Amino acid sequence: MSKTNSTTRKVVIEPVTRVEGHGKVTILLDEQNRVQQARLHIVEFRGFERFIQGRPYWEAPVLVQRLCGICPVSHHLAAVKAMDLIAGVDRIPPTAEKMRRLMHYGQMFQSHALHFFHLCSPDLLFGFDADPAIRNVIGVARKHPDLAVQGVMMRKYGQEIIKATAGKKIHGTGAIPGGINKNLSIEERDFFLKDLDQMVKWSRAALALAKNYTVEHLATLKDFGSFKSNHLSLVRADGAMDLYHGNLRAIDADGNRILDQVDYQNYRDYIAEEVKPWSYMKFPFIKSIGSENGWYRVGPLPRVNTCDFIDTPEAEAARKEFMAVTASKPNNVTMAYHWTRMIEVLHSIEKIRDLLHDRDLQGTDLVAKGTRRPRAVGLIEAPRGTLFHEYEVDERDLVTRCNLIVSTTNNNTPMNRAVEKVARDHLSGVEITEGLLNRVEVAIRAYDPCLSCATHALGQMPLEVELLDAAGQVVSRRSRGC
Amino acid sequence: MRNRVLVIGYGNPGRLDDGLGPALANALENDPITGVTVDADYQLTVEDAAEVARHDWVILADAAVRGPEPFAFRVVKPAATLSFSTHSVEPGALLTLAADLFGCAPKMFTVAIRGYAFDGFGESLTTGARNNLDAAVAFLRRSLIDGEFRPSRMPDADAPAPDTVCSLN
Repeated sequence: MSKTNSTTRKVVIEPVTRVEGHGKVTILLDEQNRVQQARLHIVEFRGFERFIQGRPYWEAPVLVQRLCGICPVSHHLAAVKAMDLIAGVDRIPPTAEKMRRLMHYGQMFQSHALHFFHLCSPDLLFGFDADPAIRNVIGVARKHPDLAVQGVMMRKYGQEIIKATAGKKIHGTGAIPGGINKNLSIEERDFFLKDLDQMVKWSRAALALAKNYTVEHLATLKDFGSFKSNHLSLVRADGAMDLYHGNLRAIDADGNRILDQVDYQNYRDYIAEEVKPWSYMKFPFIKSIGSENGWYRVGPLPRVNTCDFIDTPEAEAARKEFMAVTASKPNNVTMAYHWTRMIEVLHSIEKIRDLLHDRDLQGTDLVAKGTRRPRAVGLIEAPRGTLFHEYEVDERDLVTRCNLIVSTTNNNTPMNRAVEKVARDHLSGVEITEGLLNRVEVAIRAYDPCLSCATHALGQMPLEVELLDAAGQVVSRRSRGC
Repeated sequence: MRNRVLVIGYGNPGRLDDGLGPALANALENDPITGVTVDADYQLTVEDAAEVARHDWVILADAAVRGPEPFAFRVVKPAATLSFSTHSVEPGALLTLAADLFGCAPKMFTVAIRGYAFDGFGESLTTGARNNLDAAVAFLRRSLIDGEFRPSRMPDADAPAPDTVCSLN
């Protein structure tokens, strides 16, 4: 919690609803009740790096899934990409890479669908000021049941792909250092082909919904939690969007390239992390610019901004339409994340379709071997953005060092900026209405953050809003859903 | 079999006693019971509604931060409230989604197994949690084999358990 002095008051929102784990928003007011500063406090996982030390390197792709119940596949794949290199394998067999890509696109598809239909759509369909009692997935289910069913079935489709490629939900072991432990059977392939056309249709419809909403409300949305920023993502060697593998590219708010085709094995030469006393989470930045201005955004919006093209036809057409709004300059509108997220849904299902028709998925050459290396980095574009995994392994094959920069950490400064912008624009005085509170949350939700890998046991997760006076005393408390 | 039972054990096995739910699922999977489908996940999510709607009984097993030892067995009522974590749903909301979206709401129960250690990483359960798990597994196994939940078998007889004997038959 931030320090207070005699001329400020704090509005505390804890935790943030409909974002993963525990988060707390502190809005610091001055004597005139103007927003002085806003901070998003996040309880990030701590100690995981130590937890994995001393474990054999081949266990890492399984163990890292414990980091997050929402994106275990992303951690699984980022870790195994690093462990491929640790195992001395520079190129895994085609069947292995395509199986991993299928797993990854399945993950992207289900994660984005869940976020859009069940977390974001209540805000879009009912409005930011709607009664919280209906502004949720149950409200969507009752008012727009077809949409809610689509969301559930798209999520289920992606989850089934993960199950077929990674194995059990909790103990996924599909990807192993150097390759994959199974191929896709004809029966499994045909199972997914059966519903493929329906998934494509729903993806198109979801994209249209996100696009139309954004275009229709652009006048309102363009300033909502928005600000100019740098953007970072992986891109393929030819500049295409590639969610599984590529090199780092960073651009500034006007589209000028800061980094391009940087081998992520050397990421530490380009990216650093700043520690701030009020947050558990670090603040990554591009070294050449410095911490003040070198922070960047990651995720769907930056990925669409940074790539030169998308290599699937319908998603590429959608990208062009999106970029036309800003005359091909980077789009810095925070709420445009939703539109780009749906472009990626369409891209993912197009990729899934292509992969399902690729006979390499039934190949039997699954694992390559090589000569051990002591250090490697694995990067992947997770649903929420670029995910860094770095490992060092000793001669006994045990992990001695691990450094992770998760997607939400990469978006740490942007989320703080978004909260501050919304607070400045929409909060006044010390009266916290549901609508105002939700606007703060809407801005955070645009990033689809996974705020912690917290335990979730029954009985946790109340939402509490506290108002503290200049002396730090609670003068008002409000909670919901306890 | 006419009556179908789904058991979902959920939690994070990398977070100490938070792994009680998956541990229960694992115990049931290791010694299968006819007509009982077992699943494990990190948390409940919306797509579980589709599967829930396809079963007559659904039992959700999770760790409990507080509450009775060794476990609490409760009937779930439909609810419109949601968890405050983004991507997960609460049992009552899951039941509501199953009914609203798929037109079928089974009898749903929670088994809240008391745990004691939730902070930090580790793949082991505390001794107390393991004892509580054993009691919950024994209770569930016996009840599922018999096809009925009897309040007399529950550890907290005063709790609002199933009305009387809740039977699959």
